[in-house]
Amino acid sequence: MVAYSHPSQSGPCRILSFDKEKCVGCNSCVNVCPSDVMMPHPERGREPIVVFAEECWYCGGCVEECPHGALTLVTPAKQRLSTVWMRKETGEEFRVGMKNPLPPNLTPPSGNR
Amino acid sequence: MNWHEYVAETGKVPQWPYELGYDKETVVSCDVLVVGGGVAGCRAAISARQRGVSVVVMDRGFSKRSGEGGAGVDHWHGAVTNPCSKVTPRMYSEAAMDTTDGFTNGLARYVIGKEGYDTLLEVEKMGVQIRDEDDEYKGSIFRDDETKLMFAYDIENKHCLRIYGYNIKPCVDREMRRLGVQVFDRTCVTSLLTEGGRQGARVIGATGVNDRTGEFIVVKAKAVIISAGRTNRLWGFAPELTESQSMCNLNQTALGNTIGWRAGAEFVGMEMSGRAVLSGLGYAPYSTGNNNNTYQGAPTVDRNGKDVYYANAYGKLLYDEADIFKASDENSFIIGHGIGLDNGYKPQYRITTTDPELWKKVMAGEYEQPFYNDMTKLPATSRRMIFGLMLAHEGKCRVPIYQNLTKWGFDPDKDLLQYPVQDYSRFPIDTSWCGPENTPANWRGGGGGYLVDWRLQTSLPGLFAAGCGPIFGHGCHGESHTSGRYSGRQAALYARQNEAVEPDADQIRRERERCYAPIRTNGDVGWKELNYAIAKIMQDYCGDYKTEYTLDMGIRRMNDLYETEGQRMYASNPHELVRAIESLSLCELGIAYMEAAKARRGSVKGLGFFRNDYPEYDEAQKKLIPISLKDGQVHTRDLSLYYHLEAPYSSDLEENYQQFAALDI
Repeated sequence: MVAYSHPSQSGPCRILSFDKEKCVGCNSCVNVCPSDVMMPHPERGREPIVVFAEECWYCGGCVEECPHGALTLVTPAKQRLSTVWMRKETGEEFRVGMKNPLPPNLTPPSGNR
Repeated sequence: MNWHEYVAETGKVPQWPYELGYDKETVVSCDVLVVGGGVAGCRAAISARQRGVSVVVMDRGFSKRSGEGGAGVDHWHGAVTNPCSKVTPRMYSEAAMDTTDGFTNGLARYVIGKEGYDTLLEVEKMGVQIRDEDDEYKGSIFRDDETKLMFAYDIENKHCLRIYGYNIKPCVDREMRRLGVQVFDRTCVTSLLTEGGRQGARVIGATGVNDRTGEFIVVKAKAVIISAGRTNRLWGFAPELTESQSMCNLNQTALGNTIGWRAGAEFVGMEMSGRAVLSGLGYAPYSTGNNNNTYQGAPTVDRNGKDVYYANAYGKLLYDEADIFKASDENSFIIGHGIGLDNGYKPQYRITTTDPELWKKVMAGEYEQPFYNDMTKLPATSRRMIFGLMLAHEGKCRVPIYQNLTKWGFDPDKDLLQYPVQDYSRFPIDTSWCGPENTPANWRGGGGGYLVDWRLQTSLPGLFAAGCGPIFGHGCHGESHTSGRYSGRQAALYARQNEAVEPDADQIRRERERCYAPIRTNGDVGWKELNYAIAKIMQDYCGDYKTEYTLDMGIRRMNDLYETEGQRMYASNPHELVRAIESLSLCELGIAYMEAAKARRGSVKGLGFFRNDYPEYDEAQKKLIPISLKDGQVHTRDLSLYYHLEAPYSSDLEENYQQFAALDI
């Protein structure tokens, strides 16, 4: 096993998760990002590289832009921990990023486009 | 993948992927240049282009999503001419002036009132849904069944509309590009070009640097519109900590204002600054329990299920959902939140909010934290309107909130969303995710902007302003579309009436040298280190405590920082170079804020301005103090708060509008 020395970022640096099965390396996400936090991978067809993670403002524009649904915006841990809800009927507590997730709520947003 | 994974996989640091062009210069000419491709800038570009002039936009990001409004919008202020509205443009402008004791922009508010709804109807044609077309909310108290428009904040006066704006920026961007506007994306503006290179002269173009290639861009123009003026990095800067809490992204450095300051334009209201609740150390916007703004009307309960009630502006508790959306005075209307009037709403214009006695009741043991939003108590249509419409369409909500929460199973039909547990003594619970408890008191946000005339022209000929950052006393998303659209018309007219002037070669050469210094110098100070230091100076010397003595100290510190560490910067690639240029510009902007605070020798309530060496509130301070640079020296004068209704203008709002609005262009 090889290790490399590199600076350790103080904030979250794995802010985007790419589904490698779905990503075709089209770089739509790279090009739409207002803060230019990613760069194209030097190898064609590969998922982009997140270089300036701490400059992301979590707008989700990249996720909306991805034509293949390959991209997930990863909420920072401290915010996963602060987005908490309670099921009224049972009193159970849940949060974003919980260990045993609930089934997703599939209700689409309001609006027809 | 992230950078670390790439290094681990390849054993290499990735090379810069774009061709470097530090020595390259692109020069273009146009009739109208728009600096800033957010919603105001794009609307300005569209409206100028529709009048047949050539238009270039310089955008720091990528105009499909860039700017504060790039991530969506859920309600539209100032739609006062919609067929259901009981508010008139005159009422809108006069209420804004009244509630701030005159410290807002009466003429911009009037223009917004006159044209806000028309501006929205154009967005509808571009592809944004603004009505309940599918009758999902039929019968709701928030809906007009004939027009299918839906109302926010005030269901009796009906001037603020709920819209489905998550895709508004891509729609506006598509229309702008379809019309043939030339867009320089990824380009940070660095300076304005003026006739003869002189401070205070006509503006005839601008320069910029591309954040991928590092190339230098010179745009010559007959008229220039500034639509880039919000700042988020001056008092508060800690990107490693703030993460997604911020409602303003790091691109927002008010460079549009700084370049105008350097060019000699007059600014007003720069002395005003308030606690920077939106850029502080809170929670992801809209991610926690709330009962204000987008969550207005959402019921709150404590941990034992005990109801927390809304109250009107006079403290009367409200038990009926419909009453939450009615003005506290039946002869007035609720202006609405988030349009730059937050310094002091008078009760007759205020939104309803939490029981003002709540914190006392918590301390007396009547309520126990945490609080929760219990939307199950709402009629199904109201619940759906808050979560499915507002929270799915508001800026930074579609992906980070709606998709995220539903993916993890949140269901407003069954679940209670928790408020943060904190000390709510200093505010009625409203936007809990950015409450003042989360932000240090000396992290502030600056107000103020260009002084503008009835054409939204600044004090410099050929330079116009649009949107909520550049224009003093201007509101948020919808209002920015409207002033953008108006300024585009005005700049097109100016470009038709004025010949192009060749810029001064020496001015361009000097600007190039300044911009590329971090590459040449390769010093020991990075953009972030400089930015931290700038923020520290602002926190210390332009925070709550201000005297002439400490402001002078702050100005001295900032000049010293600029001349010392600011001249020893490094940048490893064009991205860092542009960030370095932004940070350096923040030194100048900070000085402008401190000079403005120094120039106002007195404290005044409407502006929310307090000077410790003039602790008495002073009626004589109810005036504007335009401030500018002339031959490098600070120059100030006094101006009436009602300058837009005094000579050379008419005393009547409508007469001025008819004379200056360029309606036949």
